[in-house]
Amino acid sequence: MSTELRDLYQQVIVDHSKRPRNQHPLEGANRKVEGYNPLCGDKITMYLKIEDGVIADISFEGSGCAISTASASLLTESLKGKTLEGAEALFESFHNLVTGLEPAGEAPKLGKLAVFSGVCDYPTRIKCATLAWHTLHAALSSEGEKVSTE
Amino acid sequence: MTSPRAGIVSAPDVWRVREDFPALQQTVHGHPLVYLDNAATAQKPQVVLDALMQFYTRDCANVHRGVHLLSERSTAAYEDARETVRRFLNAAGADEIVFTRGATESINLVAQTCGRANLQAGDEVLITGLEHHSNIVPWQMLAAEKGAFLRVAPIDDRGEIVLEEFEKLLGPRTKMVALAHVSNALGTINPVRQMIEMAHGVGAAVLIDGAQAAPHLKVDVRDLDCDFYAFSGHKVFGPTGIGVLYGKARLLDAMPPWQGGGDMIRSVTFEKTTYNDPPYKFEAGTPHIAGAIGLAAALEYVTGIGLEQIAAWEHDLLLYGTQALAQVPGLRLIGTAREKAAVLSFVLEGVHAHDVSTILDRQGIAIRAGHHCAQPVMERFGVPATSRASLAFYNTRQEIDALVQGLGKVKEIFE
Repeated sequence: MSTELRDLYQQVIVDHSKRPRNQHPLEGANRKVEGYNPLCGDKITMYLKIEDGVIADISFEGSGCAISTASASLLTESLKGKTLEGAEALFESFHNLVTGLEPAGEAPKLGKLAVFSGVCDYPTRIKCATLAWHTLHAALSSEGEKVSTE
Repeated sequence: MTSPRAGIVSAPDVWRVREDFPALQQTVHGHPLVYLDNAATAQKPQVVLDALMQFYTRDCANVHRGVHLLSERSTAAYEDARETVRRFLNAAGADEIVFTRGATESINLVAQTCGRANLQAGDEVLITGLEHHSNIVPWQMLAAEKGAFLRVAPIDDRGEIVLEEFEKLLGPRTKMVALAHVSNALGTINPVRQMIEMAHGVGAAVLIDGAQAAPHLKVDVRDLDCDFYAFSGHKVFGPTGIGVLYGKARLLDAMPPWQGGGDMIRSVTFEKTTYNDPPYKFEAGTPHIAGAIGLAAALEYVTGIGLEQIAAWEHDLLLYGTQALAQVPGLRLIGTAREKAAVLSFVLEGVHAHDVSTILDRQGIAIRAGHHCAQPVMERFGVPATSRASLAFYNTRQEIDALVQGLGKVKEIFE
């Protein structure tokens, strides 16, 4: 096995792509937004339950390549319980990581998300890794379509 | 410019043919390049590159204008290129050959001129379920503008057009029929000759999208009796940005012009403009002169090898590839038409096409992953995307072996 390919397809990524966590619609969600990558046709829906500026719960639906599915799965794991500011800050660090602006070693706050450090060597796959994050960003900003809880 | 070789492409000859293609000599990620993305674009033989170089280093001047020597040379080369295309398609006259940017532009030209002039509210345009977006969207736009309807002949599980349904959809309101000669996503070769005859039975004009056929099959527009035939230069080993629209002379004559500008006019005053005759009526502005000359070199090159020989060799590769891929566990071929060009579209159980493509790329193997600009086809087969290996006459059995081996690595990563 070429080690370079393993840098991209780390075991954690393969695992999350095969067994995505939090992949279901979310009961009681108050934000829902759809993301779409027209280049590859991947679609994703993010569900958020925000209480007092904190992400109380989060899930996603949709499927795509291993990178985009694992990214969505790990995103939901990383953001549960985070404040909205904390989520945006993590998005920025993650974005810097996969675009090669921030070396993995200098981003300890990324935790498990550091497994995506190999993506920056695969320019065509950066969008796969960031689809869920861009969708989340839209959900957190005013672009998010609010789900009625009535 | 004559082809460096003529004769039969048998397996050993392929190695000699490959030497004509500089791009095939490189390594990618430390592996010899295995280029299996020919349906997207094909590599260029040295004779095409030489033709471009010759134009830009020696003959570069605008066409149909100057009286100086360079302009004479460029005009002669450009018009010779038109004659080469005429021969390639067996059209009746060179005035039936319009140079465009590519098949997409050719289709848009027909939709915006012939289509716009002849379609009325309630009329119908008939296409098929395996069209590329470029043979769907221009008709959709036209139908929306005219209050006309777009009808779609369905395909079956093999990826073949259901001919009985196609025939049923033809009627007195059908004004245009537009269909692919060969499907880009599945490789299906459609019985276009028969379908053209059916369409003519109701008086419809027929456009054939030949983008995927021209590089692989002998095309004879007079034998097909199509009204229009579109193809792209870059898929037939020529430059990008040049394409062809063939149209029957009497139709081109009757069609209004498309874009306005230089070269498409006979005389201009602020009160009135008289248009030039076809094909110039449809070639406003300075054309892609170098592209047309490069395309002619490419067509002479493939003609020199022989389209029949190319088709036979590619068919051999298709059979070999189909058998080889059948041995890969969890692999499902999408598109199993009985008449098929050398396209191997497939899905691998549990692995997305983009991951397949990335892993193959790192082994030097270039394939296409995605919806192939044919989203309705993907929907028909219930898959979001496929991996597609599309072959050309310079591909080898060894390269198919490399593909199969490469897919083994995909399995390794995802098991």
